Amino acid sequence: MLTSTFRPGASLLHRSGAGAKLLGLLVFSTVLVAFQSPLAVLAGFALVAGLYGLGGFGPRTLVAQVWPLRWFVLCLLPFQWWTAGWQVAVAVVGTLVVAVAGAALVTLATRVTDLLDVIARVLEPARAVGVDPERVALLLALTIRAVPVIAGTLHEARDARRARGLERSTRALVTPIVVRTIRHADRVGEALAARGIDD
Amino acid sequence: MIQIQGVSHRYGDREVLSGVDLSLGEDRIGVVGANGSGKSTLARLLNGLVVPTTGRVLVDGMDTARDGAGVRRKVGFVFSDPDAQIVMPTVAEDVAFSLRRHGLGKAEVADRVGGILARFGLGGHLDHPAHLLSSGQKQLLALASVLVTEPEILVCDEPTTLLDLRNSRQVADLLEGLTQQVIMVTHDLDLLAGWARVLVVNEGQVVQDGPAEQSIGRYKALMGAGRPC
Amino acid sequence: MIQPSSGGRASRRMSSRDLALVASFAALIAVLGLPGSITVFGSAAPITLQSMGVMLAGSILGWKRGALSVVVLLVLVAAGLPLLAGGRGGLAVFFGPTAGYLIGFVLGAAVIGWLVQQRLPAYPLWWGGLANVVGGIGVVYLVGIPVLAAATSTSLWLAATGSLVFLPGDALKVVIATAVASAVHRGYPGITAPTAAVKSDRAGEQASAR
Repeated sequence: MLTSTFRPGASLLHRSGAGAKLLGLLVFSTVLVAFQSPLAVLAGFALVAGLYGLGGFGPRTLVAQVWPLRWFVLCLLPFQWWTAGWQVAVAVVGTLVVAVAGAALVTLATRVTDLLDVIARVLEPARAVGVDPERVALLLALTIRAVPVIAGTLHEARDARRARGLERSTRALVTPIVVRTIRHADRVGEALAARGIDD
Repeated sequence: MIQIQGVSHRYGDREVLSGVDLSLGEDRIGVVGANGSGKSTLARLLNGLVVPTTGRVLVDGMDTARDGAGVRRKVGFVFSDPDAQIVMPTVAEDVAFSLRRHGLGKAEVADRVGGILARFGLGGHLDHPAHLLSSGQKQLLALASVLVTEPEILVCDEPTTLLDLRNSRQVADLLEGLTQQVIMVTHDLDLLAGWARVLVVNEGQVVQDGPAEQSIGRYKALMGAGRPC
Repeated sequence: MIQPSSGGRASRRMSSRDLALVASFAALIAVLGLPGSITVFGSAAPITLQSMGVMLAGSILGWKRGALSVVVLLVLVAAGLPLLAGGRGGLAVFFGPTAGYLIGFVLGAAVIGWLVQQRLPAYPLWWGGLANVVGGIGVVYLVGIPVLAAATSTSLWLAATGSLVFLPGDALKVVIATAVASAVHRGYPGITAPTAAVKSDRAGEQASAR
């Protein structure tokens, strides 16, 4: 459940720093949006496709990354074509698809922990205004840890609801999950305090 | 050595402990009592998780109300639900988290983490996601994460309650072999067999303090006398 | 039942209990969006309860911790974990047409929490429901629709009309979230402090009267 979309590899793309990749993505998508023209879309697509190749990802992986956009593309393309002409249609839809493909590529080639480290580094200057990067990192780790626990309570609550014959009541499902979420948080808070978090 | 001096504690207007005076110096001390008797609060007093409303608790002379941080470095605490104690996503990370303020180098941390996990039979699971461990393994990990900082005293609040017979045996054996002072709250009376000192807590008071056999006898008599809660 | 002693400590730093609550609710929002976990109207419509998780976080944790739990979730999503409804995750979702709704979630949780804290320790159903409508639907759409329109170069009007399909589901989520939040505020009085300092004494009294 908690497997990220990261795909291990040893390519140049995998080995380059997470911060550099994020910065590159930011520049790339900004330029793409600034031009928003069929030519920019074509150039952007060529670049992204080349980088997918560099990372060892095939066309099938690329398609899978933008697959969630299919409904948008199907509705938007004919609509824009009809109201604003094909150039605009290609520019708008193409920009969206290429930007999403580029962002997905960074996630494919970068470990979750490396991206989280970037966040911690970016937050370092925020120490001055009272943000503690160590606590932020703890908060993120705690959440990753809590997901399977809360998912477990969901399954238990669903079974209990079935046992009581209340299958159709969403409230009979959500109330116990929320109550258990709070109880779990109370226990975790206590365990954190015992391990000296507040000291 | 832990000293509890004239301690009472209340949540709102509900008094959960009253007039407790104890000196806890033995290597192994058990605590038994019904649900809601106050024994969990008693355990939480020992490392400053709960600060008494009146009276004071001293750990090697340190007042838990004044120097909670110092007390918590000396007193480790194991809870019954390992899922709430393991705060990091993977096994090794959780143990390493305990050492974050010990000023150790990366290699030294890895060394200690690997060492204690091997001792607890989790040596092959360093990068394993914690949620995929069995309940027994989770509780062993929770114990490892507490013991890696080498506390002088270990307080356990029903450490085997959520475990099956085999897993609770494993945890019990591990606790048995510790060199630390262990103070254990439990419903599992078998765990306490032969212990020199077992306290019975009932309605916020310590009603019996003595060797396991006598205390457990008294506890069973209390429970049989029509006071299930 | 047993509160950590640090809970009431006046400090800018979040207590361990606050950290645990924020993390647990971030996880709750993720779990409510798990594929096939719970769907409204049977499994035909791809409507999960994720946005209800946002309402619950604001309604129960207050504006600060509620919004923070959504931020934490989004950071993990950005880092590549598939925690959004239907198992979506990764940076791509922030570059897609529905990115505005995600930002709307953060502001929505904050607005819901702020409104609820105006009345705490009381949680009148009509007020809690109004807060969920304003923050959980109003604010979310107010950010989501313009971003959708901009990303797809369509008119606001068109983007708004397209979003209407989600309205019945969202209305139902408001009803459920309000009922659940009401139960929680009765069961756990004092879980979130009211806004004004004067009111906080009242919350304390109510908590201790339990």
